[in-house]
This record gives sequence, C-alpha cells and structure tokens, in this order.
Amino acid sequence: MAKREGIKDSYDLVVIGAGPGGYVAAIRAAQLGMDVACVESESREGGLGGVCLNWGCIPTKAMLESANLARHIKDGAADHGIRVKGYELDIGAAVTRSRQISDRLTKGVKFLFDKNGVMPIFGRAKLPGGKKLEVQLKGGASSTISASNIIIATGSRPKTFPGFEFDGERVVSSREALEIRKPPGHIVIVGAGSIGMEFADIFNAFGANVTIVEILPQLLPLEDAEIAGVVERSFKKRGIKVKKKTGIKSLEKLDTKLLVTVEGASGEEVIECDTLLMAVGRTPNVEDLGLEAAGVKLDDDGWIAIDELGRTSAEGIYAIGDVAGMPMLAHKASHEGIVAVEQIAGLPTHPLAREDVPSCTYCHPEVASIGRTEGQAKEDGHQVKVGKFPFSANGRALAAGAPDGMVKIVADAQYGEVLGVQMVGHNVTELIAETGLGRALETTVHEIAATVHAHPTLSETVMEAALAALGRPIHI
Amino acid sequence: MASRIVMSKLSPTMEEGRVLKWVKQEGDPVESGDVVVEVETDKATMEVEAMGSGVLRKILVQEDATVPTGTTLGVVAAEDEDISAILEESRAVAPATVQATASVQGPATMEPSAPVVPSAAPSPAGDGGRLKASPLAKRMADERGIRLEALRGTGPGGRIIKRDIEAAASAGVPAAAATAPVIDYDIPYERVELSQLRKAIARNLIQSLGPIPHFFLTREIDMGEVLKLRGELNESLAESGAKIGVNDIIVKTAAQALSEHPDVNVSFAGDHIRRFTRVDVGIAVAVRDGLITPVLRDAASKGLRQISAESRELIARARNRKLAPEDYQGATFTISNLGMYGIDEFTAVINPPAATILAVGATQEKPVVVDGAVAIRPRMRVTLSCDHRAVDGAMGAEFLATFAEMLENPLRMVL
Repeated sequence: MAKREGIKDSYDLVVIGAGPGGYVAAIRAAQLGMDVACVESESREGGLGGVCLNWGCIPTKAMLESANLARHIKDGAADHGIRVKGYELDIGAAVTRSRQISDRLTKGVKFLFDKNGVMPIFGRAKLPGGKKLEVQLKGGASSTISASNIIIATGSRPKTFPGFEFDGERVVSSREALEIRKPPGHIVIVGAGSIGMEFADIFNAFGANVTIVEILPQLLPLEDAEIAGVVERSFKKRGIKVKKKTGIKSLEKLDTKLLVTVEGASGEEVIECDTLLMAVGRTPNVEDLGLEAAGVKLDDDGWIAIDELGRTSAEGIYAIGDVAGMPMLAHKASHEGIVAVEQIAGLPTHPLAREDVPSCTYCHPEVASIGRTEGQAKEDGHQVKVGKFPFSANGRALAAGAPDGMVKIVADAQYGEVLGVQMVGHNVTELIAETGLGRALETTVHEIAATVHAHPTLSETVMEAALAALGRPIHI
Repeated sequence: MASRIVMSKLSPTMEEGRVLKWVKQEGDPVESGDVVVEVETDKATMEVEAMGSGVLRKILVQEDATVPTGTTLGVVAAEDEDISAILEESRAVAPATVQATASVQGPATMEPSAPVVPSAAPSPAGDGGRLKASPLAKRMADERGIRLEALRGTGPGGRIIKRDIEAAASAGVPAAAATAPVIDYDIPYERVELSQLRKAIARNLIQSLGPIPHFFLTREIDMGEVLKLRGELNESLAESGAKIGVNDIIVKTAAQALSEHPDVNVSFAGDHIRRFTRVDVGIAVAVRDGLITPVLRDAASKGLRQISAESRELIARARNRKLAPEDYQGATFTISNLGMYGIDEFTAVINPPAATILAVGATQEKPVVVDGAVAIRPRMRVTLSCDHRAVDGAMGAEFLATFAEMLENPLRMVL
C-alpha cells in the first residue's frame, strides 16, 4: 500500500489522468500490489473522474432522466390516469441535480483511491524524456517523479470548426451545455452523433426549440440506418427539426441573436437562434505532454499510436482511452486501462476487441449496438441472416408505453455467429449487455434462442430476434 | 515490491513456451537482471531475467511444462513480503492452461496420418473431463468434421474458440476418424463398398471409443504342439545356426490364418473397406523411449525360416533406430507379444491402418482338462482387438479359431 503522506520520488506506475481509463487503471494496479500515483489536472474540488463523471456520461444521463420525466408528465401521465396541472419545467434545478450526482461519483473515486492506496496528485504532468514526469502542482510548486511505468490517459476535448469557436456562453460545447440553467428559445445543434442527439432530447423536453444540423444523410451516422430512422421519426414527432445533408457555412453573432448560415440540398439558409451547440467530435489531449521528448509517437489521425496491449512507441509508456484512438467511450478506456496494467504486471490479459465494444446513445428512444451492421457484415463477405423483432409485439414494452423500438440481430448464415446487434427503444442500453456477453463467449443465435428469457421483459425481444434470425420467431 | 517471472511473448508467432530449467531455486536470492529460468520458445532457448530483486519465493510452473505466453512462472519478492494475492491471481489463471508436455509422442511413426495429432495425449481443452469450447467453435467443428479433442484451445482457460477451428481447418487437422483422410499404402487391395448396415455400424461405434471403436476377443491356446515343433525344427536346423522362435511360429500362423480370413485383413477407409490381398504383419518392438512396429511383408507366403531371419533383422534394426519409414508403416495386422514379461493376457490398441491387433501373453504350464482328465499343459492366452467398423465379433472369433487350431495342430498349416 502506498503511503499517503506526500508525493514520493518514484512509483511503480504513474497514471496521467483520472478519467474512467486512468482511475480504473490506477485502482487495478494498486490491487496488484503496485505503488501507484494518479496525476489529475482538473483543478475543481474533487476533480477526479474525468469528463465522464464530471462533464459527460454521468451528468448527461441525469439530465436525460429529468427530460424523460418531463416528457412523461407532458404526454403520458394522463393515459396512466395521472392528471398533472400547473407543473413547471426548471432546467436549472435539473442541472443542480445532475451536478450533485457527479459530485457524489467523483467523491466515490476519491474513496476508492484511498481504499486501494492510490496517491492522487493534482497538477499537470509533462514527460521530459525517459521514465520521468515533471508535475506542475496545483499549488504552484513542481515536482519530478520517476516511474517504472507510465500510463497516459489524458482523454479528449470537444472540437469545433474555424469561425465557430466556443465562447462558453452562446457558442458552446457539451461541457457548457451541461450548465445551461435557462432554456434557450432556440438552440441549433451541429452534429447528430450521440452527444448532439442527447442534448437535442434534453433541450426539447425542457421546452426549447431544437434544430439538428447533420452533414451526413442520417442521424446517428454510425448506427444502422433503419435504427436511426426510428429515432428520427420519434424526434420529429416531438417537434425537433432535423436538417440532414446540411453543412454549416458561417456564423454571425448579433447582440441578441446568432445567425447560422447552413447549406443543404435546397440551398443556403440562415437560421436564427440563441445558442449554438457544436457537437462535431472530440480531439485527443496530446498537447503539452512532452510526447516527443518521451519518444511517444502519434498515428496518422493524431491519436497516440498503441498496440493491442496499450504499449506506445516508448518502452514502459502506455496510452489508453480517448487519447489512444476511437471509439472514444468510457467503457473502452476502462477496459484498456485494465489490459495495460495487467500487461505491466505480467498477467495474462484480454486485449480489447474493438468490434466488441458496445455503443450506446441515451436519447429517447435509446440506441445501442455492438459489432457489425447488416451492411458492414455483407461488406466483410459474410452471408447473413437478419432477425428483427419490434417492441410493438413485446408485452413489457407496451406496458411501459414504449412501442417504438426494435432489436436487430445480424447473424452469419452458416453457423449463426452473432456478427452484430442493433437496438432502438426503451432501455435498450441495458439490453445490449446480453449480446456483448454472447459475443465474448462466441455464443450463436442458437444459444440465445434456446435461453429462457423471463416473461414479460424487454429481453424477450433479444430472444425473439435470435429466433427470427433462425426463421422461427413465435410472436410475429 | 514483488515481481513476476513471466513466460513472455518472445517472438510474434510465440503462443506458448516450455520451462527448460530453473537456474534459481525457491529460496535463492535473486538480483534484478539475474537469469532465473531458461525457457524454450518455438524458435530458440531463451534466458529469462528477474525484473526485481529479492528471493525466488515461488516456482509456479515446473520444468518441462509448456504454458501459454503471459503465464506467471514464478514470483520474486522480499523474504517476508505477502505474495498471497499474486499466487491467488496466478492460480486463478494458471491451472486451466498449464499442462505438461505430452510425455512420449508414442511411436509417432506408427501413425502415418500426415498431420500428427497426439490423439493419445489428453486434450488440453478437455481438462477435467469436460471439453471447453465455445458454442460457435462446436458448431463450426461439427459442420467441418473437425475433432475438438484433437485441438488445443487458445481462448480463456484453454477454451477452444473460433480462431482455433479456423487454424485447424487451414492446417488440415484430421476430421473425426469416420471421415478421416485415407492414406494410400502400397499394399494391393480390393475395394468393398459399404452396405447401409455397415455404414450405420461405423457411425454408431465411432461414438463409443476414440476414433477406432475397439472390441476384444480372448482365447486360450494349447502350445504343446508348437513347443514340440520348435524343438524339432531347431534340432534339424542346429547345424545351419538358424533358430526358430515361438514368436516366429505365431507370426507365420497368424499370416496363414489371415489369408484364410481375408475379411479380417482389412482397413476401414471411411466410405469403403480395404480388404488387403497381402498379409503384412507388424511386430511391436519395445525400444528405449517407446514402441515401433517393423513390418514383415507378405508373411503368409514366406517360410518359417525366412520369417525368423527377417524378423530378427527387423527387430535388431528397430532397436538400433535404423528402420526406414517403409520398414514400419502400413501393416495389415499387428502382433504385440508381452509374454516374455510374464504378462498373462492384455489388450492392445489397434495400429492403423490395420483393423486388428493380436496381444500375446506368456505361455504357462496350467492344469487343464484333456479327454476327461486333468493334465498339465503349456497354455497361452491371446486377445484380438478389432476395429468394429470393419470387423464384427463372429468374424474375429472365426479367425481366432483358425489361428488356435493351427497352433494346436501345426500340421494343419501344411494343408
């Protein structure tokens, strides 16, 4: 166990960044008996947990729950025999609640560090070369630490385009959007990936006019087109405006308004709005780390180049999570952190198979997927059988008032291997885990179909989709 | 801090390595950089150095064991350091994957089936009697006719997964014996088409015992006449220096009996049976680290003296490792004699491509009833192992009856 009385001169492992990749790696290393420190540059009180706990996964999920409740009160409660009169929407209160949840979790990371003996160091780390770190401490002093091994887990930050620079108030990234305490009259969201879609859902539920602008021909461009279509119909029904195949040209900031010029199939158009949320992707935090001095090379796309065990081009230096490549997802970062640490410890480990990383979007209806889509599987040269099952034929989904949704399993025609699964609908982000386990164990649709799924549950849709892939669904 | 000695991946193709020699023993002090253990990879012998200093507290993988890369081989730690967590962790992963190298590859040469699969060695994935394979791997193996038992799994805990099946398929691992590739031997044969009944028998029996469904027939034979004959023959041959052994007579008799029962001189070849038109008798010979079976060609048409001379020469060459492949491959029948070790009777494992093997026990004086009275007679017990896909009980029994009758009435052989 590390002593907590102060920063030591050397550690077995120093992790740079306390996000979901870094803090998990640090805890795992401590479990394996290493002397570990974790450097975090976030100066906010608490500060641990990275974007995920502070400004990403967790607070957005809190806001989406608030949005969902608002929508139920507005549209669904009366059907249930609950007539709500005179309710008010207060996005500020919802933001406060989301911050409390974030705080609770970041404190949880602190507790886990204490419990496992991980030394947190608040400051900014730089690699001067070799297995050393110079840390500019939060208080102003600096400290040089040597480490047998270093894991870089510095994450990523939102990016934008020239002419659309963030100003923190009207032109915002997801980070500032999480602290908007007064709903904008009209918000334009550029980018219909997971982040853009989730904020569209939140602001729509809290009464803002929302316009989504996406350059590609479908919302959620990385997902199956049919699945994305279900979300698009739902969004449009709720009054969210969708502009696909539309690019942004310029931005004019007036005193009271923003004028966003976009260009789509029907030519240029100027959209007037109060807030512009740029959700066009994230860029890895590779600057000012001394990567060059340390001999850590980047790949052609600007991420730190790693092998399947997280090793960089510099001996003893590893990189995990967003800074080390796509997909930029917390659960991928955590898994890579464990793999890197177990590799350092010389344990057999389980390298990440990127096609086995599930992807989830928590707007309503939710979207979850793993592996290959039908189109991708065919491109790979597979003969596929696709089994689909709609939520409208599932009792539990109907009881929940959520008939919009489906599960789609793409199976290899010969052996029934589960090549990919796509889902849309109520709580599908929870349903995807079964298929992830299935893929990890090389389960085929035969076993999924033969597994007893409790009735009535949404999980029956997975079993039925597997049956459908075998050509023998019961309930459709 | 404790450090592990690990079977590292020393080359891109390395998936496992063998522990050759522990240079340090448990309790020895170790400095960082000391050579602790020598390991053998797929390409070379390598020295593994300690990453930390302390004492070699624990050796987890013994010499001669082969383990996957990444396996913890031992732990270096301070003398009083608590390493229980590391041991626990290593145990959790190790036992399922660690396994000793298959001891003797048997007489690998006896199995000419091209890609050698140590079918006798326990399947690594079958650790503890349960075959560990993913559902997808099982389905693929089933469809492609690949025997899971013959594969080594590379998944967690030695589990056979998709990539193992794909590797096996591209490496041409033989399928289940019922559909195994048939190797052509230079033995003349005629093709016998399988009846539906024969196909059904083959299909069913393959499920029972390994790739070749064995059954066994035992019979006791009076050797009085044979011993008498041997005495007379050797007396008459005394001047020439030649000497006939009991085993030579057994070889000759078996060859003769087989030529009278051609249905037993066969090989099961998947979609047909090969009924050999020549009797090539393999003679199992124990050599220093195993067993080899030189083949006496066309034994039925050779005289005792020639058989004796040839087998003496073959056995000598076998013991001196001077046999060429054509000397030991492709017997149509095999004789394994453990009589000189005082074995009363035993069962032998069939040596492909033959469908039968005869296990010969010691000839011993025993009280038996002869013509209503107890007499002391030299008796020998033999057991015929048969490949049930090709040879049925009655066929084997009839062959044995002829064989016994010939030994008990050696004159019968002249007929």
